[in-house]
Amino acid sequence: MDTNKNAYWQANLRLMLGLLSIWFIVSFGFGILLFDYLNQFKFYGWKLGFWFSQQGAIYFFVLLIFIYVWQMNRLDRRFGVEEE
Amino acid sequence: MSVQLLTYVFVALSFGLYIAIAIWSRSSSTNEFYIAGGHVHPIANGAATAADWMSAASFLSMAGIIAFEGADGARYLMGWTGGYVLLALCLAPYLRKFAKFTVPDFVGDRYYSRTARLVAVVCVIFISFTYIAGQMRGVGIVFSRFLEVDINVGVFIGMAIVFFYAVMGGMKGITYTQVAQYCVLIFAYLIPAIFISIMLTDNPFPMLGFGSTMNDGSGVFLLDKLDGLTSDLGMAAFTEGSKSTIDMFFITAALMAGTAGLPHVIVRFFTVPRVRDARISAGYALIFIALLYTTAPAVAAFARINIIQNIDGIAYSEAPAWFGKWEESGLLAWMDKNEDGRIQYRGGTAFSPTTPIFAEAIGQSGQRQLLNAATASENELYIDRDIIVLAHPEIASLPNWVVALVAAGGLAAALSTAAGLLLVISSAISHDLLKMSFRPQITEQQELRIARISAALAIAIAGIFGIYPPGFVAEVVAFAFGLAAASFFPVILLGIFSTRMNKEGAIAGMMTGLIFTFSYIVYFKFIDPVSNHAENWWFGISPEGIGALGMVFNFVVSSVVSKFTPAPPQAIQDLVQSIRIPRKD
Repeated sequence: MDTNKNAYWQANLRLMLGLLSIWFIVSFGFGILLFDYLNQFKFYGWKLGFWFSQQGAIYFFVLLIFIYVWQMNRLDRRFGVEEE
Repeated sequence: MSVQLLTYVFVALSFGLYIAIAIWSRSSSTNEFYIAGGHVHPIANGAATAADWMSAASFLSMAGIIAFEGADGARYLMGWTGGYVLLALCLAPYLRKFAKFTVPDFVGDRYYSRTARLVAVVCVIFISFTYIAGQMRGVGIVFSRFLEVDINVGVFIGMAIVFFYAVMGGMKGITYTQVAQYCVLIFAYLIPAIFISIMLTDNPFPMLGFGSTMNDGSGVFLLDKLDGLTSDLGMAAFTEGSKSTIDMFFITAALMAGTAGLPHVIVRFFTVPRVRDARISAGYALIFIALLYTTAPAVAAFARINIIQNIDGIAYSEAPAWFGKWEESGLLAWMDKNEDGRIQYRGGTAFSPTTPIFAEAIGQSGQRQLLNAATASENELYIDRDIIVLAHPEIASLPNWVVALVAAGGLAAALSTAAGLLLVISSAISHDLLKMSFRPQITEQQELRIARISAALAIAIAGIFGIYPPGFVAEVVAFAFGLAAASFFPVILLGIFSTRMNKEGAIAGMMTGLIFTFSYIVYFKFIDPVSNHAENWWFGISPEGIGALGMVFNFVVSSVVSKFTPAPPQAIQDLVQSIRIPRKD
C-alpha cells in the first residue's frame, strides 16, 4: 500500500475511534453505567440518566453518523481517493 | 364510519399501493433481484432500511414493553439504534466497496473458504426464520382484532401480498414498497402519539411532551406524576430500573452488535451506487428510525398513565368498550379477587401461570372466568404488552380513523420486515448455496428462477409459522441478535480491519461464538428454564445479553488462532486493502 493510502487509512481510523468513544460514552456511559448517578440531576422534566438512555443517546447517534459522513467526504477529497 | 369499516378501507388502500409499486418495479436480472441493480437513491435506501428494520416488534411491542418496564426498556431504544453507528462507521462503506450480493458472499470470499460460506448460510437462514415467525404473529394480531377475520385468513392475505411483490419484484420491488411502507407506518405511529401528547401536556411533540408538565392544572411533570402513581400502586417506579447494570450493559451491547450483524440490514447497503452513498444512507436510515424510537418512550409513558387513570378502581360494568374487546381476544384478563366488581391494577402478577387460561363460564360482573390460581398480590389485571400500541388510541378515545390507521401501520411494519427477510433467505439458497457452492454452472436465468422459487417456499414456511405459531417465538428472539452478534459482527469487522485475519481464525472464532451463545440460550430457555435466574447466570448476564460475551470470545479465539496459522494469501490481503479505499482501482 502506498504512503498516501496508508495515511488516508490512519486518518480514517482516528476519526472512527474518536466518534466511537463518544458513542460509547453517551450510551453505555451516561445511559447505563452512570444512569443512577446522573438521575440525581434534573433536565427539564426528565431525570438526566433516564433522558440519556431513552432520548439523548439516540440524538447523539444520528449526529455522530452525519459528522462521520461529512468528515469522511473531506478526507476522501484531501487524499484524492474519492469516487468519480 | 365504524372502526372496522375504516380499517378495511385503510388496509385495502395501503395494500393496493404496495401492489401497484410491485408491478411498476419488476426485476428482470439477478442483479436487480438481489440488490435492486445497485441504483437506489440514498434517501430511498434510508427509508427502505428503516422499514426493513422496524418490524412488528418495534411498532407493536416496544412501546408496550417500555410502558410496563419503564427505565429498563432503554436497552431496546439504545440497542436497536446504536447498532447503526457501528454499521455506518465500521461496516457499510467497506461492504459497499466489496460490491457483492450477500453476507455469506463476503464471508466466503474474504476467508477464501467454502466452509466459512456455508456456516454463514446456515446462520443467515436460522436468524431470518426466527425473525419471520415474530412478524407473522404481528400480522395475525392485527387481523384478528381489527378486521375480526380468522387469524389464518389474515396470515393468508399477508402471505399473498408479500408473495406478489417479493417474488415478482425481488429487492427492487421490495425496496420501493418499503419506502411506501415506511411512510404508512411512521404516519400511523406519530399521529396518535401527537394527539395523546397534546391531550396530556399540550405539547404537540411527543418526544418533548413526556418531559413536560401535565396540563391538568397541577403543574406536575408527567414523569414525576407517573413515578408517583406507579409507586403508590406498589409497582416499580417508572424511571427507575430493576435490571442489574451489568445485564443492561451486555444486553444493549448484544442488541447493538446484533443489529450491525443482521444480514437483512447489511444487504441493504449493497443497493446504493457508491461508497459515499452507503455512509450517508445509514445516516438517513437512522434519522427515519429515530423518529419512531424517540417517540416510543413517550407513547410508553402516556399509555401507562392512561391505563392507570382509566382502569384502576373502575367497575367492570363501566369499563370502556376496548377493555371488553381485548378481553375477547384473550390478550387482556381480569380476575375479581376481592369480589368488589372493580378493577384493581397493582404491582405484581395477578395470577399464576401469568398468562390467562380462560374457562367457558362468565363471572358475576360479566367478565371471562379464569382457571388460573390467584396470587397473593392485590393486582387483578393482566395486559399483554403487545396490545399497548394498538389499544392506546382507543384507551385515549381518539377518533376511529386514527385507530384504523394504526392497524394499517402495524401491518406495514410486519410485512416490510418479512419481505426483506424472505429475500435474504432466497438469496442465501439460490446464490450462496447453489450458484457459489454446489451448482456453479447454472445460468443467470436459472439462478433467478431458483431465487423466485425459494422466496415462494420461504413465504409458505413463514405462513405455517403464522398459522401454527411455535410457542417459543418470544424465547428465540434472543437467538437472532445473540447469534448475529456472536458470529457475523466480529467476522465481518475483523475481515475489514485486519489484513492478517485468516480463514482458520475466522472459522474458529465464528464456531466458538455460535456454540457458546447457542448452548447458553438453549440451556436456560429450554433445558433448565427453572434455573433461569440472575444467581445462576455467568457474571449475572441473562440469555438475552449473552451474545455480547459470545462476541468477545469470538474476537479472542479468532485473534489467537490466526497468530499461529499462516497469513491469508496475498490476493486476499490486496482485497482487504482495496475495500478500504473508496475509489475504484
